[in-house]
Amino acid sequence: MLSKEKHELLRVKAKDIRREIVTMVHRANSGHVGGSLGAADIISALYYHVMRHDPKNPEWEDRDRFILSKGHCTPVIYAALADCGYFPKEDLLEFRRPGSHLQGHPYQPKTPGIDASTGTLGIGISTGVGMALGAKLKKQDHYYYILCGDGEIQEGQVWEAAAFANKYKLDNVIGFVDRNYLQTDGYSEKVMPMDPLAPKWESFGWKVFEIDGHSFEEIIDTIEKAKKEKQPVMIIANTTKGKGVSFMEGEAEWHGKPPGKEDFEKAMLELE
Amino acid sequence: MEYKATKQGYADALKELGHENEKVLVMDADVAKATLTEQFEAEFPNRFFNCGVQEQNMLSAAAGLALEGFIPFASTFGVFATCRAGDQMRSSIAYPKLNVKIGVTHCGISVGGDGASHQSNEDIGMARTLPNMTVIVPGDYEESRLATHAAAKMKGPVYLRFGRDKYPVVPEIHGSFEIGKAKTLREGTDVTIITTGILVNEGLVAATTLEEKGHSVRVVHMHTIKPLDTEAVLKAARETKGIVTAEEHSILGGLGEAVAGVVAENHPCPVQRVGVMDTFGESGQSQELLDLYGLRAPNIVEKAMKIIS
Repeated sequence: MLSKEKHELLRVKAKDIRREIVTMVHRANSGHVGGSLGAADIISALYYHVMRHDPKNPEWEDRDRFILSKGHCTPVIYAALADCGYFPKEDLLEFRRPGSHLQGHPYQPKTPGIDASTGTLGIGISTGVGMALGAKLKKQDHYYYILCGDGEIQEGQVWEAAAFANKYKLDNVIGFVDRNYLQTDGYSEKVMPMDPLAPKWESFGWKVFEIDGHSFEEIIDTIEKAKKEKQPVMIIANTTKGKGVSFMEGEAEWHGKPPGKEDFEKAMLELE
Repeated sequence: MEYKATKQGYADALKELGHENEKVLVMDADVAKATLTEQFEAEFPNRFFNCGVQEQNMLSAAAGLALEGFIPFASTFGVFATCRAGDQMRSSIAYPKLNVKIGVTHCGISVGGDGASHQSNEDIGMARTLPNMTVIVPGDYEESRLATHAAAKMKGPVYLRFGRDKYPVVPEIHGSFEIGKAKTLREGTDVTIITTGILVNEGLVAATTLEEKGHSVRVVHMHTIKPLDTEAVLKAARETKGIVTAEEHSILGGLGEAVAGVVAENHPCPVQRVGVMDTFGESGQSQELLDLYGLRAPNIVEKAMKIIS
């Protein structure tokens, strides 16, 4: 059970992250605001409650790893990493600027706290299952949390990784499909239908849970259940793209459009 | 003349590395019998991972294993690693500069009967244009073995290119092996033949033919396409009248263009390229295809004469 205090902390952190997302993308005039806002609650739950990690020691061998397979949503992870203390918050000012370590998509060699480079869709989950296999070979017991987009899972490589994780019984993999039903070109089921989604993962040998991706209780309880499974787990997290900013919620156009001055100010008022 | 498969050099080195370094892992994508990595599997079953027919996942997963401190040798056919899984090579491995070795076999026109779909004549070009990628194209069995060891020792992504068939053993290129350091096999002043991969033997035969005609020929074996030994290239440009490059690869994107680029920018001299013209191949016997597509000593001689005369 999540204590009242902890729940409040996660709520506040998620809101802080959302403010930072909108600010970063507005300032850079470039970046992906909708999918980042939608994933903020999952990230808050992971970084402020679930994951074993130490911002002072980003290379800690026994840490849990997080892989942003939907690599375009860097604002959500950069905001959390900066707040946790992996790097100074001032670095966020340089998001998507030349010379910055905060690239448009995650780049592991440069950014403390980024565990794997991603960006082209599908490679993150594969890299994640490869890492998870590595941990098995080393007999380590930490977890690999992999966040996939629901557009991303249209990539064939995702299903290659799914088969691979099943073959090697990677029960240290806990994935999320950020199911907001929106992608660049619109409604996901119109662009390329993937429903019913749960049976697809199940038939690939994964245990599947389906949750409200904005409920801290559900996120955390489900991860606890996932850890008891002896197979890879996929959590289908139903989310709202643009969550927290009313005029961005459920709107595909906010996938990759940066908010201008007016929209930025409106959004920040809502996120106070 | 003795003939031996270059991919056997790869397989033998992997087995040796298996004993030497417990971090070495081998992956394959359902062609372990063909790449010969099944020989590693036989000795080290727990360090061998058959990914099935999924080259893309294999390369990204190899990146994951490298992130966990392992040295994975991901093995498949050249055409699949570069053309099928080009993004994974680029984004998962080259960009983050991970310690993954991509060992590919069945490269070049000499793959033979399978025809154009499997003949990798573009892969050097694709691998070479990736930042951070080291590209090695060994000339025979023994050099393949040495190159694989060298790749394991260096930190960073390496593309190792082997063939399917048995090719001549060339004692001149044995002994030491240093990544990025070309081997000068013959000294000469009229023309330089720069070879890579299995065409090293054709280069030497061509040199002999030319020498018999009274020409002084230098032969440089460029086993590493990237980083290119620019010093050896420029020395040849300065000290001989021109350069003939010879590779079992398209004349586009490979050794020929690499050499021509260096020469054009620093010390212009005539460059002639022997390689597969800008065309797809076709089915045939390995050796007859080398004839048909003009990858033989006489083709090198012909190009050399253009420079000399």
